[in-house]
Amino acid sequence: MAVTGLILIGFLLFHAFGNFKLLIPDEGAEFNEYSHLLRRLLYPILPPMFFLWGFRIFMLAATGLHLYSAYKLTGRRWSSAGVSGRYVSQKPSTSKAHSYAARTMIWGGIIIVLFVIMHLLQFTAQVLTFGYPDGTTTLEPYDRTLAGFSEWWVVLVYAIAMLAVCVHVFHGFWSAFATLGANVSAKSQGVLKGLAVLISAALYFGFMIPPVLILFGVIGQ
Amino acid sequence: MKVTLRIWRQAKQDAQGRMVSYPLDGVSEDMSFLEMLDLLNEHLTKQNEEPVAFDHDCREGICGACGVVINGIAHGGEHTTTCQLHMRSFADNATIDIEPWQAGPFPVIKDLVVDRTALDRIIQAGGFISANTGSAPDAHAVPAPKRESDKAFDAATCIGCGACVAACPNGSAMLFTSAKITHLAMLPQGQPERYSRVKGMIAQHDEEGFGGCTNIGECSEVCPKGIPMETISQLNRDLISSLFKGTGK
Amino acid sequence: MSETTLDTETYWSLGAEISDTKAAIDLPIDKIWQNRQFTAKLVNPANRRKLTVIIVGTGLAGGAAAATLGEAGYNVLNFCYQDSPRRAHSIAAQGGINAAKNYRNDGDSTYRLFYDTVKGGDYRSRETNVYRLAEVSANIIDQCVTQGVPFAREYGGLLDTRSFGGVQVQRTFYARGQTGQQLLIGAYQALERQVAAGTVKMYTRHEMIEVIVTDGRARGIVTRDMVTGKIEAFTADVVVLATGGYGNVFFLSTNAMGCNVTADWRAHRKGAYFANPCYTQIHPTCIPVHGETQSKLTLMSESLRNDGRIWVPKKAEDCGKDPRKIPEKDRDYYLERIYPSFGNLVPRDIASRQAKNMCDEGRGVGPEVAERDGEGNERKMRRGVYLDFSDAINRLGKKAVESRYGNLFDMYKQITAEDPYELPMRIYPAVHYTMGGLWVDYDLQSSIPGLYVAGEANFSDHGANRLGASALMQGLADGYFVLPNTINDYLAGAPFDKLDKNNPAVAEAVQSATDRVKTLLKVNGSRTVDSFHKELGHIMWEYCGMERSEEGLKLAIGRIRELRKEFWSDVKVTGVNEDFNQTLERAGRVADFLELGELMCVDALHRRESCGGHFRTESQTPEGEALRRDDEYLYVAAWEFASTGGAPVLHKEQLNYKAIELKQRSYK
Repeated sequence: MAVTGLILIGFLLFHAFGNFKLLIPDEGAEFNEYSHLLRRLLYPILPPMFFLWGFRIFMLAATGLHLYSAYKLTGRRWSSAGVSGRYVSQKPSTSKAHSYAARTMIWGGIIIVLFVIMHLLQFTAQVLTFGYPDGTTTLEPYDRTLAGFSEWWVVLVYAIAMLAVCVHVFHGFWSAFATLGANVSAKSQGVLKGLAVLISAALYFGFMIPPVLILFGVIGQ
Repeated sequence: MKVTLRIWRQAKQDAQGRMVSYPLDGVSEDMSFLEMLDLLNEHLTKQNEEPVAFDHDCREGICGACGVVINGIAHGGEHTTTCQLHMRSFADNATIDIEPWQAGPFPVIKDLVVDRTALDRIIQAGGFISANTGSAPDAHAVPAPKRESDKAFDAATCIGCGACVAACPNGSAMLFTSAKITHLAMLPQGQPERYSRVKGMIAQHDEEGFGGCTNIGECSEVCPKGIPMETISQLNRDLISSLFKGTGK
Repeated sequence: MSETTLDTETYWSLGAEISDTKAAIDLPIDKIWQNRQFTAKLVNPANRRKLTVIIVGTGLAGGAAAATLGEAGYNVLNFCYQDSPRRAHSIAAQGGINAAKNYRNDGDSTYRLFYDTVKGGDYRSRETNVYRLAEVSANIIDQCVTQGVPFAREYGGLLDTRSFGGVQVQRTFYARGQTGQQLLIGAYQALERQVAAGTVKMYTRHEMIEVIVTDGRARGIVTRDMVTGKIEAFTADVVVLATGGYGNVFFLSTNAMGCNVTADWRAHRKGAYFANPCYTQIHPTCIPVHGETQSKLTLMSESLRNDGRIWVPKKAEDCGKDPRKIPEKDRDYYLERIYPSFGNLVPRDIASRQAKNMCDEGRGVGPEVAERDGEGNERKMRRGVYLDFSDAINRLGKKAVESRYGNLFDMYKQITAEDPYELPMRIYPAVHYTMGGLWVDYDLQSSIPGLYVAGEANFSDHGANRLGASALMQGLADGYFVLPNTINDYLAGAPFDKLDKNNPAVAEAVQSATDRVKTLLKVNGSRTVDSFHKELGHIMWEYCGMERSEEGLKLAIGRIRELRKEFWSDVKVTGVNEDFNQTLERAGRVADFLELGELMCVDALHRRESCGGHFRTESQTPEGEALRRDDEYLYVAAWEFASTGGAPVLHKEQLNYKAIELKQRSYK
């Protein structure tokens, strides 16, 4: 859980960083170039698309293991509940934001899975063609992005999904380090939780700046 | 003061339990929570009803026998044991929900009494230092740094009440297990068995059916001895290290 | 003398004198233990697993003995009434554990620890046993450190020690205020290791309710499974009782709620002598009773008396007032007044007795709590005296007081909701420890062959009063080092004939235990078990507590007999045996307390002297100090059971002091 979680967080950070190329006012030349490059990375050392597929398999494996761990943990949680279930009296909501994030990991996770499927269908497979001009089925990456985020409700869906990502990462980040044995003093706990806030905030803003700017027409005009 | 109690009544392990309401008058705010239950039981006995069964012994917060979930919070949310909770923490005319620790590895024996022997079995799986009586060198033969020794003590204050399990949404006993791991890992005497201990205890923990830890932190919140989450990370660190060490077992 | 004769006929009879035959008292005191270890017969390691040892109790003595005998290879069966062996009440000891290590280079030695313990016990303990205790004390610390007990340490990594209970050397090892907990967890871990190894079989939630004696030997016990109600016999080659003290006979004490005398009392009824039952330690600094529903008392460290000043109002009419509004001239700092040289630091029993005197005069403070007077009439009394830190706070500053006593102040506030930094604390004495217990010889064997008794359950080491930080020492000494080196002498004659459940002695024990449970359930009267227990407690506290008199004790004996009769005709025990039935458990224990209470009063009545925790109003100096009478009472009173309510038989064990000179204490 911890190792795969950290891999996924690492991916998200790079992904967000890459997205900033959208901000370069060159009509998407660099962004498209970047997208195409990803497909030919390490070419000609390796055949074209080889790295990309390797990377996709790697990510899929990480995601798969992450989901499998979540499945196992949830199973253990269910089987560790008493025969009468747990408590009749519900605990008043805890004041600790952290605890909220931690308790809702599974729900955040499910939202994220659904979102990722939608995201891939939209931007990779181009099955979902939100905002595409009528009759168009494929667009260059830059135009794809512009088209998608020109719809206000798409941006809203992303904003909500990213919130889930953020909350998930907030607990996931420090929890992963705790599981790997790094949380052995009050000081290290402070540092880890601070970093968790920083990273989840960076991810949220990092991912949301381009869509919002597109929606309000700052990019692409 | 007057309170309404809603208490989990369950005749035996395989019986169906349910919440039953009891109004109770004549409660004084200086009473401890368990004395309030004593009072209820005196009334029930006089009315020829079965008194409510609950575990308790020292009533000074150290034996770890007592423990119920009060209004959804293990030990009632005052960072102390149930026996050290007083009725002044509750408002007059309050309704108070009282439930047993609910977790699969803690089957209910009767009413508020649960079977916590799973915790003893975790200790049996390695929560000790193998040193037969009489074989000890002089106490000053091995100095132990004060910092680590104090840390060992802090972890060793665990009273084994099981509140961590009761509070954990995953039903995990990691805080309990890690407190013992940390106690013994911080002392020079605990080193020879350090890595086999963590493997053994975790295996037993999982075998008992406790859930996995996802670092939520509810355990530490309700722990009457304030055992910190850091102990769990210490356990994880030792567990990872144990993968790279020959543990001889 | 004529009066004694009268009492002898009415309350007790005199039997033959007894003595310990296991210690070679002609040897120098420091050679006796070594000699005994050598003369005790050994058991071949290969034969040990064929021998079964029953140990009842999992506290420091029982847990340590079970672990050690398991390590030695015996087949150990260990029982406790709690849900886990880790919950035994040894866990609640706060202060520390004495050991003659002399790590401080302050003149400590085995002899000095021995001397202090005998003197602290007011010269009513057996020299040989106490010397051995001091001898093995150092090994205890070694053993505990090795098994991972996190004692307090200094920056150099070596163990810290402090001075405790008024002794002049720093020999007390401690683990913050939780020494008992840490030592017990150490023993518990050693025990669980043996459970895992298969040498010890643990029976939790099992209460011992009878002992099996046949052919003059203790051969097993009968237990009640507290979950299913199953009454079952377990047989063995030897039985060890490590079942703690009986302070709960007073209902209110610092003992755990479950502490009881049943195991000891059942053995007593089967022939084990009960020694010095009246020796009770009453601790002066406990949190007072808040009302009639109080279930137990909480002790606060005696160290509070180092800086706190104890007082009550001079005038009874001031007692209900806010103490801050009572001017200095209207306060009576009575300990400073009566004992100008020791002041607030007088020994426990004096501080306790004077607090009671002040309250009896009507000058107690705190809430009025209902209690019963001599005639059984209810009255309202204030039972508390002030322990005031305002001087200390003015002199040292709040910070300094907080650093010394912060945790105790917090505990006090948690329980009383009063802030001791603002208001003076209220304290009152409470029963804390019982020095008496089953009589044992040097080997810790009782008067029933094959029945050994360890820890607080026996009488052996503390005389008439226990020194601070010595209870933990004795429990572990008995469990780790004494018993495992003496029990082999008896076991060398084993294995004995196997007893099956049809054996008449076994069947009889199971039957009588079952009948007793049935009787309790059948009474179906109108009074709850607790109401009897509380009433017994009131009687004991009033007449057999801090101050005892002939008149009061005789009154108490009469009232206990009446109460016992009422109990068996009017107690209400709900539920059935075949269930988890806490009322039934308590009823059985209270029934035994009702018999023990009488014996305690008889013992207190017969001992017309004041010594240690036992103060007879008839035996005091003109200044009101305890007056010991060595000419007549330099002996252990070992009582043999006659019949319920019948006159017990007194067997005297004369105490010989060869290594130590007898002295009368004075604190004026």
